[in-house]
Amino acid sequence: MKRDRILLAHGGGGSLTRELITEILEPEFENPALKPLDDSAILALHDGEFAFTTDSYVVKPFFFPGGDIGKLAVCGTVNDLAMQGAEPQWLSLGLILEEGLAISDLRKIVRSIHAAAEEVGVQIATGDTKVVERGKCEGLYINTAGLGRVVAKNRLASANVKPGDAVILSGYIGDHGVAVMSQREGISFATSVVSDCAALWPMVKTILETGMEIHAMRDPTRGGLAAAVCDIAAASAVGIKLDEKALPISREVRGACDLLGLDPLTIANEGKVLVFCPGEVAERVVSVMSRHPLGQHARIIGGASAGPKGMALLRTTIGGERIIDMPTGEDLPRIC
Amino acid sequence: MCLAVPALIVGLNGTTATISVDGVMREVDVSLVDEARLGDYVLVHAGFAIHKWDKSEVEQWEAIRANTDLREALA
Amino acid sequence: MKTLVQSIRRLSERVGHEVRFMEVCGTHTMVAFRTGLRQLLPPDVRLISGPGCPVCVTDTGYIDAAIGLCRQPAVTVATFGDLLRVPGSESSLERERAAGANVRIVYSPSDALVLARECPTQRVVFLGVGFETTAPTVAWAIFRAARDGLKNFSVLCAHKTMPHAMEALLKDQEVRIDGFICPGHVSVVTGAGMYRFICERYRIPCVVSGFEAWDMLKSISMLLAQVVEGRAEVEIEYSRSVTEMGNVAARKLMAEVFEECGANWRGIGTIHGSGLEIRQKYAVYDAARVYGVHVAEAHVNPACRCGDVLRGTVTPLECKLFGRTCTPIQPFGPCMVSSEGTCAAYYKYEKRAA
Repeated sequence: MKRDRILLAHGGGGSLTRELITEILEPEFENPALKPLDDSAILALHDGEFAFTTDSYVVKPFFFPGGDIGKLAVCGTVNDLAMQGAEPQWLSLGLILEEGLAISDLRKIVRSIHAAAEEVGVQIATGDTKVVERGKCEGLYINTAGLGRVVAKNRLASANVKPGDAVILSGYIGDHGVAVMSQREGISFATSVVSDCAALWPMVKTILETGMEIHAMRDPTRGGLAAAVCDIAAASAVGIKLDEKALPISREVRGACDLLGLDPLTIANEGKVLVFCPGEVAERVVSVMSRHPLGQHARIIGGASAGPKGMALLRTTIGGERIIDMPTGEDLPRIC
Repeated sequence: MCLAVPALIVGLNGTTATISVDGVMREVDVSLVDEARLGDYVLVHAGFAIHKWDKSEVEQWEAIRANTDLREALA
Repeated sequence: MKTLVQSIRRLSERVGHEVRFMEVCGTHTMVAFRTGLRQLLPPDVRLISGPGCPVCVTDTGYIDAAIGLCRQPAVTVATFGDLLRVPGSESSLERERAAGANVRIVYSPSDALVLARECPTQRVVFLGVGFETTAPTVAWAIFRAARDGLKNFSVLCAHKTMPHAMEALLKDQEVRIDGFICPGHVSVVTGAGMYRFICERYRIPCVVSGFEAWDMLKSISMLLAQVVEGRAEVEIEYSRSVTEMGNVAARKLMAEVFEECGANWRGIGTIHGSGLEIRQKYAVYDAARVYGVHVAEAHVNPACRCGDVLRGTVTPLECKLFGRTCTPIQPFGPCMVSSEGTCAAYYKYEKRAA
């Protein structure tokens, strides 16, 4: 393609759209489901349950230490499938491009999508591309919908956590949010913290393959650990108590939080999972997780009890107790 | 109005210092403290160093941070 | 640490009655709640949160003025994150941003200067709020802007200072304080000597405290010891950062750029000498003068008890709006919006919604 910028005409459905698909998208995502390039992909499904999810990605900046919007668009959606115990099989890819977007950026992002999809074994089965006028979107928005067969032997759901369950965290929190924030204008700090963006299915698979009873899984993305445990406590009507001393937070993430006045519990993660399972099997689950690269720092960080219903609490390092509340919105750097 | 954090000076260029808070780096202005030097610890608020710590003060802070687990002490 | 908590218990027993210690720093409020420190104190030692949150004590009128500015063409309002969600009479900077106004969060006043330099066609107005810890940094920004002849930068100033406000609290008949936990980082700039008049004139003990839980517990034990021994002195617990004299260079810069004025403290009223305004010499950097802004004293809903909460005469639980109409998502007064506000802290860390 001789052009270096997206034109409105690329979204027109005509020859330029065809050019975009055949020269940039199709070569990356060659697979049987996509090949006919029809309106819908025909997928041979078997008996059983399927998980179906969708997510949109609007992160700025597109490229950040440890990943980019493309990788995020794949990992975020396949992780949503994995959290329900489903093996990710197909993704749809919807792109909304801004007139003027550099095609070189688009290529990089598309390559990233391909790499991430290949690594976890999903096929991009269908897609759509639209172009909007300059100024009508910030460069690029991505939507991915995912479909996968449920392989977990018991139902994984936010409402399934029981008193006596252990809460296991797969590793260090706060990395993604801090990495992205360091690239934002107006805040400027340098850090070697890298986003933890990763597809969790391979590790989740090893947990499910043991056949051990798992009640729920949740990836603490926007809103961080705090939002995730608050949601689960409410959905399951249990009390969840975490131990502040057990939380794995790297020195650098702590430093960024100290410097900017942020709470590490509310910062987004893109490659971590919370596992809720009966207390008796917790140590074995941790052991299985820690054998996988994505779970090497897995540990039990707390537990669920009958009450206080719907609330998440934190036992502090000095032995006090406080409520973990639902974060209200943006992580804003503070001086006060 | 009080969020200030101890930071290590890892780079210095006139009145602009590069500080590191546990590896997170930023540029701050050091014109409000006397003779800030490479390797000094300074207290940073809103992008400015407002106080310089000497070695004993750093040690005091580290001792306090290490000693915060009351629960074990009370058990 | 164990010894510290035990010594607090012993000292409280020796005192034999309830004592109320007030901290006047939002970060102290937050540390106390975040670490669950109150639970370790004996019942006769009460920790009261006073007006230590600069966002809490900033007038609704100031927010309205800032909103008025951000609605003007080619104006960018640069602000600390703390102010973004504070409610004005009808809107907030967050809502204005959503409606298309140019509102930018910065971590430092120097970032606002950079913004002004990088966007010469935008007039940048920095919202200068904060106590003596922050005022020198804003003074620096104005001083530099003047030195460099920057044409598109100004500050809407609402800085406040502590001593007169602390005195006003002591003069208030309804407020009962047996000791002050003095703000640690304000004192880095002002020096601990600033509180001497409180001990001499009012016989109230003062301890300047650091921000680890250990620091605050130590400060409480030091205050109790003073009460037991009948002393009223200024003591520095935060000796690693605070001296008698403070940061002379910072104060010089403040004096160069700012002068004392009266200021309106939400819920307390006007306290003479407790505010800072930009000197005539730097008038072109004073957004109030440049834009002809008049910060009107705004109407406060009588059901909102932020003022009483700030004076320490009631807890948030005694406000009818708390946890019902006034929550962190839909805040009524700044005490709930600010992450350092007493009501926000109560809501987050000891939520007992009625």
